[in-house]
Amino acid sequence: MSNDHSGRIRMMQGNEACAEGALVAGCRFFAGYPITPSTEVAEHLSVKFPKIGGRFIQMEDEIAAMGAIIGASLTGMKSLTATSGPGFSLKQENIGYACMAEVPCVIINVMRGGPSTGMPTLPAQMDVQQARWGTHGDHGIIVLSASSAQESYEQTIRAFNLAEKYMTPVILLLDEIVGHTTEKVIIPDESKIEIVNRRKPAEKPKDYLPYRETEDCIPTLAPFGTGYRYNVTGLCHNETGFPTNDNKIIGKLVHRLVKKIVMHADDIIEVKKTMLDDAEIGIFAYGSVSRSARSAVLKCREMGIKAGLLEPKVLWPFPKKEVLAMARKVKAIIVPELNMGQMAREVELASRCAVPVHKLGRVDGNPIDPREIVDMIKGVV
Amino acid sequence: MFNYLEYIREKNFPHIWCAGCGDGIVLKAILRAIEKSGISLDETVMVSGIGCSSRTPGYVDMNTLHTTHGRAIPFATGVKHGNPKLNVIVITGDGDATAIGGNHLIHAARRNIDITVLLYNNYIYGMTGGQCSPTTPTGSRAATAPFGNIEPPFNTSGLAIAAGASFVARADVYNVANCEKMIAMALAKKGFSLVEILTPCPTAFGRRNKMASPVKLMEWLRDNAVPAAKWKKMTEEERRGRMETGVLMDVDKPEYTAEYEKLVTSLRTGK
Amino acid sequence: MAEEQSASKKPAVIRIKLEWCKGCEICVAFCPKKVLVMEGGKAKVENPGDCIKCMLCELRCPDFAITVE
Repeated sequence: MSNDHSGRIRMMQGNEACAEGALVAGCRFFAGYPITPSTEVAEHLSVKFPKIGGRFIQMEDEIAAMGAIIGASLTGMKSLTATSGPGFSLKQENIGYACMAEVPCVIINVMRGGPSTGMPTLPAQMDVQQARWGTHGDHGIIVLSASSAQESYEQTIRAFNLAEKYMTPVILLLDEIVGHTTEKVIIPDESKIEIVNRRKPAEKPKDYLPYRETEDCIPTLAPFGTGYRYNVTGLCHNETGFPTNDNKIIGKLVHRLVKKIVMHADDIIEVKKTMLDDAEIGIFAYGSVSRSARSAVLKCREMGIKAGLLEPKVLWPFPKKEVLAMARKVKAIIVPELNMGQMAREVELASRCAVPVHKLGRVDGNPIDPREIVDMIKGVV
Repeated sequence: MFNYLEYIREKNFPHIWCAGCGDGIVLKAILRAIEKSGISLDETVMVSGIGCSSRTPGYVDMNTLHTTHGRAIPFATGVKHGNPKLNVIVITGDGDATAIGGNHLIHAARRNIDITVLLYNNYIYGMTGGQCSPTTPTGSRAATAPFGNIEPPFNTSGLAIAAGASFVARADVYNVANCEKMIAMALAKKGFSLVEILTPCPTAFGRRNKMASPVKLMEWLRDNAVPAAKWKKMTEEERRGRMETGVLMDVDKPEYTAEYEKLVTSLRTGK
Repeated sequence: MAEEQSASKKPAVIRIKLEWCKGCEICVAFCPKKVLVMEGGKAKVENPGDCIKCMLCELRCPDFAITVE
């Protein structure tokens, strides 16, 4: 979409772009709780939704907001919540519920520094592992990342599409810089935007099984009130949706929840490559840091150092193949990120020790300057 | 004769509740009240949290949603706000609704969203084995109050009234006709309604408090749950340790989803 | 009205679904006419002729095990 320059041009903040993306994606339900630096998503939708019949509600806390969007999604509404670190922690139990009950919904987390209340107004990328493993129990999850207002808009649309397609919660991670930077966004013509809606049951209510075993591992949940009376639970359940203690069925269910994402990884994973073909130094960077990394690549090229950049647009499932391919071509990998190496570890694992992986972590609330990346590359070379 | 089989998921029976647990008595009262109110099962969503009472939705043939501990009301809020045409019933217990979910209870009452909350109060955490809850009477024994509970209990109905619920009633499973009537009135109410239903737990509460037999607990309800008319004539001394049953609050006030709809209409028409 | 009266005079048919009865004794203890007794840990209809169809046993049976017609 970013290559299509035929659209309307608007200036917006990353957070506002998320709200606009949600509207275009067909989202009509938002429940949230105020928290810096994500609140503009809620504020924007509180203005937009009532005008178009969408439903906005400010809940009593983040736990309630997460519960409300799951409830609304079960009535067939595309539902969204937005939060930041501490609120993201509070949502985890119900995110697990959405994984288990396979209820599509989108959670935007505009990352700030932690642990705890941490740095409400300063950028960080400290929630990338929490996004993967924050809720208890084995499960599959989809986590997207955005590095600009443009990507915030596009990735919010993609988050809804993936949620509806795979019947799963999808998390979109921004960091405070992306959420609060106002910049150009090209809004394409709506007819050119792909919108995915969840499957509807083909069978009659009496033959309906919400969690029927299918080849693609994706269940078909009928919206409440449409004549399909079934049970939804966070307990391990069988195809009918009722709790079970049958070990065979439980094992199959948990396997399927993980497999549902893994088997479709190629469809889900998206990376952007910059000057990687002949690169000797590979950079792995996401979110606002990837913008510094892009500058660093250009700077290195000016100096005659062959640097290249791999930007994952999807953090989970992790782009293992793409990282391994890069590791086999370059002499070293640099991972700049606003945490102490949360994704660097994944890069190390995926590169199977083919090359050294150098961490460039920052946790003091400052962004990473392109010069720091260049300096590290010069040191490595 | 009322045919319960038309409303239940027969294949899930017999239910998991212990012998003499009042939850089955409440469930039957709910089904009769639903029949009386004439609401369609297709358009009714029953939402619950975690605990013994929260297993209720598994047994009824409607749209059913068994959620996380304490969070039934937020999920129900999403369902109701997502599709206001649906009738939304929340089944919850004293631990689920007044401890872990206490914040949601008071805010849903304040918002006055059209949800019917049926709160089964058995004074104990039954499913986890009898730990004390926010409604365990002072002095009663529990698995985590082996020497008697030193905390004062919540007046759950009073809490809902103070928070702004438009309909609040208390009922018990001994006076089962009144229980059915209170549920029917709550279902008919447009706004946040709550019925606190006193129901025995012989296994986890009775056994520790010299009322191990279900009959003993039913007798305790008979002697201590007092209909409003009789309550009014009682002295303070007579009221001590007893509970008033019947309608405790019934008032009409703006309902949340209707107010939201008004906002949508006014923004669209400019009126 | 006359029809209703004659209907109520018909002897009661009390059915107990033994596989659902958990033997709590609530029905037996609170039957005003002592129609029911316990036998082998389950409720049993002993004196059906005395039943006045007050329905309390059905209404208070937690196990969906008793019906009165």
